[in-house]
Amino acid sequence: MSGPEPPRRGALGLATERIRGLLPPAAVLLERAERSTYQSDGLTNYHVLPGLVVLARSTGDIATAVRACAEFGVPFVARGSGTGLSGGALPDADGVLIVTAKMRTIEEIDAVNERAVVEPGVANLAVSDAVGGLGYFFAPDPSSQQVCSIGGNVAENSGGAHCCKYGFTTNHVTGLEIVAPDGETYRLGGWMAAEAPGYDLVGSFVGSEGTLGIASKVALRLTRRPDAIRTVLAGFLSTDDAGTAVSAIVAAGFEPAAIEMMDALAIEAAESAVHCGYPEGAGAVLIVEFDGPDGEVAVSAAAVEQILVDHGATEIRTAAEGPERVRLWRGRKSAFAAMGRISPDYIVQDGVVPRSALGEVLAAISELSVETGIRVANVFHAGDGNLHPLVLFDATVPGEQERAEALSERILTTCLDYGGSLTGEHGIGVDKVGHMIEMFSVDDLDTMQMLRCAFDPAGIANPGKVFPTPRLCGETPGRRHAHRIERAGIAEVF
Amino acid sequence: MSTVVLRAACPSGVDDAGAGDEVGGVAPSWVARPRGPGEVAELLRAADGLGMRTVARGAGTKLDWGADPEGLELVVDLSAMSSVLEHSAEDLVVRAEAGCPLAELQRLLSRAGQRLPVDEVVEGSTVGGAVATGICGPLRHRFGAVRDMVLGVSFVRADGVAAKSGSKVVKNVAGYDLAKLFTGSFGTLGVLTEVILRARPLPRHEAFVLAAFEDVAETGARLRALAHSGAVPSAVEARRDGRGPLEAAVLLEGAAPLDSRVGEVTSILGDSAAVAARPSWWGALPGRTTIKVAVPLRAVPLVLGVADLPGIGSSAPLVSGSAGVGVFFVGLPTSAGPEEVRSLVGVLRTLCLAEGGSAVVLRAPPEVRDSLDVWGPVDGLELMRRIKREFDPGRRLSPGRFVGGI
Repeated sequence: MSGPEPPRRGALGLATERIRGLLPPAAVLLERAERSTYQSDGLTNYHVLPGLVVLARSTGDIATAVRACAEFGVPFVARGSGTGLSGGALPDADGVLIVTAKMRTIEEIDAVNERAVVEPGVANLAVSDAVGGLGYFFAPDPSSQQVCSIGGNVAENSGGAHCCKYGFTTNHVTGLEIVAPDGETYRLGGWMAAEAPGYDLVGSFVGSEGTLGIASKVALRLTRRPDAIRTVLAGFLSTDDAGTAVSAIVAAGFEPAAIEMMDALAIEAAESAVHCGYPEGAGAVLIVEFDGPDGEVAVSAAAVEQILVDHGATEIRTAAEGPERVRLWRGRKSAFAAMGRISPDYIVQDGVVPRSALGEVLAAISELSVETGIRVANVFHAGDGNLHPLVLFDATVPGEQERAEALSERILTTCLDYGGSLTGEHGIGVDKVGHMIEMFSVDDLDTMQMLRCAFDPAGIANPGKVFPTPRLCGETPGRRHAHRIERAGIAEVF
Repeated sequence: MSTVVLRAACPSGVDDAGAGDEVGGVAPSWVARPRGPGEVAELLRAADGLGMRTVARGAGTKLDWGADPEGLELVVDLSAMSSVLEHSAEDLVVRAEAGCPLAELQRLLSRAGQRLPVDEVVEGSTVGGAVATGICGPLRHRFGAVRDMVLGVSFVRADGVAAKSGSKVVKNVAGYDLAKLFTGSFGTLGVLTEVILRARPLPRHEAFVLAAFEDVAETGARLRALAHSGAVPSAVEARRDGRGPLEAAVLLEGAAPLDSRVGEVTSILGDSAAVAARPSWWGALPGRTTIKVAVPLRAVPLVLGVADLPGIGSSAPLVSGSAGVGVFFVGLPTSAGPEEVRSLVGVLRTLCLAEGGSAVVLRAPPEVRDSLDVWGPVDGLELMRRIKREFDPGRRLSPGRFVGGI
């Protein structure tokens, strides 16, 4: 439903008027119907209608919107492609949503300096596509890489299947232009150089989930494409066997580019969705990939095949770059979407445990599943202990969703019990904000928020995300007020 | 009175400072030797109450780096906190106290067939010192800088509150990454007590290829071809002593025999290239006066050719560093006078800034340090000042040592 909007009152009204006076009408979405497109990110069980949406076309547009927010004390939330899975881009009903999706220019590709400079709305894969002909790629490869934006990767410190070898976004960003919450534009980091004197502001900003400002330009390190790739897929009777094989690979001193695991339920789902033809009856499938110089890859892959056989692999398939490799990966890449084939609804959890605890944690998840009668499919980055348990439920069965959510939370607690982390790549956002105190002390969180206070003393950049309780900047610690989300009516949780 | 308060905070030991306890040219009054994070917290709380300015010290190998502190009463010596607390070999993760010598950590890791790919650029360095200065050597080419290996830090704030960030898993995006903020912060935000690092397997095979080149242009072209090759070196170092010949040394490592990769590198580097032993200068900081420069790769030949530029005095600098990363150390011998040092810094800074890089004086004679800004211009300085104000409003920790007088 669209139509004339009631005049916005208060601070948001003043900020809206200021922004409308400075940006063209097409960049400022006032109508409810237009704004409603942006009420959720990839975590769709949270939605909030943004007070105002600005479609930024340039650093200047971002700065205009943020300055207006700063002047009138209005919260703002940045959004790239909206694929985030923790509600990091959940809008504020009384705030401005600043969308960078239209900022899609790759400004500079410099193969000699091994850098690309891009606007935040550029899709992750578009960078690799643009530099592939020069023999380079952008290493972080989140599974949403065709769609997800570099700005979002910066905010979330995105990883991917190959971060096991190549690291995360933070290891591949060498410079940032940001619009800070005061509306000022800053240039941070070494940019074309590897480092710059002073505090590592780039390292501090990457992964801050939009709470320190908005990246308006990003200098990316480009990585030389490997000469060879070898992918090994192995079927196992159980995740236990597969897990033991992973440990043996690591113990033997190999460094695969990726080690991915799926359990029987995940294989079943993938099979029915994309007919990936994974070993029949397998209790677990392992995908191990090597890339690099020819000889290195050949020797490592051969040795690892032997290790897999020695540890009970029932079947092994290998492929180099090409269609056969795509086939091996197909089941894994389709795994999340495939859950729809075996369950009407599911929750994607994201937790991390030390790799050495994988077996015990999987056993614990399995026990929880039996205990609650809720099925859990496991798809995970075994190389770095990043689990993605998929908690399956049917929302039409009374009480089942609640039990699924409770189980999903207990899985997280289990990860923490083993010295792990609340999130390996999806972020805290609004989804896990209540769990932060289980992983960090009050003093840890207070200290992190000192950084927040330096960038955003008024607390207007993506408030309510990451930290359960905002720190009152410039005041003595200990005086805190209720979390925004705890205050009624701001977020509706379904 | 102060001594009594400090001793109560740190029963393990607080002594009057003596010769050798200076930080840069500034002498402290006390040296405390805490034995755990609890004592560090008590000490800093006490020092804060007494209005004392504090510098943390590991092995004390880099205390003359950066600018001199504005003032100094207390040195917190962490050499008694030197244990490796945990090494989970299967997870390739190691947790150590800040005062743990880097060499000790490497010895322990090597027994499990692992290493921390951080070179001991200054002999005797501790883990905390390596993190606090962010200094790293040749292996940075393939494995990244210290900041890329730090998974978590525990520290004590200026007000005596202990806090941490990160965890002992390699993949973690929960909360802010304060480990990166602290890496290279020169002790101005807190005193590191514990560090969690990511280890790597030791390579099975290793080979060095050495080469010499006619001139800077040839060096640049060959190193560029190497960067674009698929040989994946672990390190690419280039060096020029004064106005002498240009040398390069390439380290190859792997799980497989290296013959074909050595062949590829040798053919790229030209006729002079040959397999050789690790060169004696590998990873060493040149000179008594040392300037660290960081430039885009395109400008690497300019840095290697700095001795030929006008304004460089009779003692020509020794340039040595990671040509594949664009970070070099430029050294001058002890014989170089302050004027020569100042003019070298001027020439380098002009060159680096024009190319979008930076030149920082790591160590220099006191009369030189006093007469110039060792850090040079810094982007984002206003934000850095605000961070310092939040973490250390009373300017208790290493005041004045860091960029822009932070």
